[in-house]
Amino acid sequence: MSGIGTGYDLSVTTYSPDGKVFQTDYAQKAVDNSSTAMGIKCKDGVVLAVEKLVLSKLLVEGSNRRIFNIDHHAGMAVAGLQPDGRQIVNRAQDEATQYKSFYGESIPGSVLCERVASYKHAFNLYWSMRPYGVSSLLAVHDKAAGPQLYLVEPSGIAHRYYGTAVGKGRQSVKTEIERLKFDQISCRQAVVECAKTLYKVHEESGKPFELEMSWICEESGWKHARVPAELVAEAEQQAKAAAEESDMED
Amino acid sequence: MDLNAFGRGAAQACSNSKMSDAEPHTGTTIVACTYNGGVVLGADGRVSTGNYVSNRASNKIMQLTDNVYLLRSGSAADTQAIGDYVRYFSEQLAGELGDDPSVQTIANLVGTMNYNNKNMLMGALLVAGFDKHSGGQVFGVPIGGTIVPEKWAIDGSGSTYIWGYMDSAWKPDMTREEAEGFVTEALALAMARDASSGGVIRTVTLDKDGATMRYVGGNEVPLFHEELQPPAAAAAGTASMVVG
Repeated sequence: MSGIGTGYDLSVTTYSPDGKVFQTDYAQKAVDNSSTAMGIKCKDGVVLAVEKLVLSKLLVEGSNRRIFNIDHHAGMAVAGLQPDGRQIVNRAQDEATQYKSFYGESIPGSVLCERVASYKHAFNLYWSMRPYGVSSLLAVHDKAAGPQLYLVEPSGIAHRYYGTAVGKGRQSVKTEIERLKFDQISCRQAVVECAKTLYKVHEESGKPFELEMSWICEESGWKHARVPAELVAEAEQQAKAAAEESDMED
Repeated sequence: MDLNAFGRGAAQACSNSKMSDAEPHTGTTIVACTYNGGVVLGADGRVSTGNYVSNRASNKIMQLTDNVYLLRSGSAADTQAIGDYVRYFSEQLAGELGDDPSVQTIANLVGTMNYNNKNMLMGALLVAGFDKHSGGQVFGVPIGGTIVPEKWAIDGSGSTYIWGYMDSAWKPDMTREEAEGFVTEALALAMARDASSGGVIRTVTLDKDGATMRYVGGNEVPLFHEELQPPAAAAAGTASMVVG
């Protein structure tokens, strides 16, 4: 897997002869090895979901958060190196509060995305620090553009999505959600879809995992909040049932 | 608002003591008023240094963005500087947003300048504009840095004479014509009684289609109780010079 760089991968300030910056690629690998995180922008809001592998029975359930509040109207799900992710969350929170303090209104989604992306990009350009091994899924709601979903990669590339996923199971998740009609699906339906998809792609069925989900919709008062526990439980029920059904079909 | 009159009064007392010491100030009347579909702003044209009128037809309405304007009263220099800074920040923000900033955001920028530099500045400002989310809006940003959204607002030395008129004559959901007449009438009344206000009336009307500027020359300003009509020769625009 490693050793392809052969000398061109020692520093983020070095190109390889075929035009790659290997350190950036390696940062992306850190994300690709993490457990899956996904987001769906529905017709009436945004939903984020993370598959959290439970590493030990000694861990308290619900700890090791993967989804964070950036501001009332914005949230971030983190995939990749978790300590790096915490720094990115802090930076995004600072950007949001500074913007509000200066301009008197909540930071718009496109601006927040741009700020996180240019921050991450700086670490791909200058010599002193390595790139962040983090991909950030941003869920934002503002007056101008309504609900939005952004993905910011370790390189600083950022796009706005209807639906996307990062981490180990991203390919399978993206294939699953491609068939969804994003302009028709509601948040409640998306919560169930996320649960079903994550259960389906969770490979080692022996290993337990926790489902962490958040949303921004009318029901949450257009604030970024955890999906209520009963809805998550209900979605997990449906997901487990669907997974068993497809098992039986095999 | 009382504190502002106090501050202004104190500053004026200082500045009127010796004309050579006084800095130009916009002893002024400024008025802004929302109506059904937009907002009307208006100002007089007099800039005075003590008893000397340095400009009788100045423009106290400053454009900050396509859809937000600033009405200036207090120190001419301070308010121009504030306007320039806010215009600069607004342009930057518009570039970042890819769209016009909201009126509230601009008002916040003006308020931030007034608040953070309150020891040095003397600017009593009105911010008025039209944005697609909330329509026509007026914000009062007096000395000190308060930001107050209002249905209508007045400021400047001449405003003290027209509070009663504004309170009694304002009504909600006026038409554009009613609002323009209301603002013009208010300014004319203030200009009649305030020595530091006078000259011309300038108004700007903002709605979803943009801005319309109007100018009422000195001899067309409405007159009130015992005010003299302008001489016929001046009204016709001919100047007669007496030679010899």
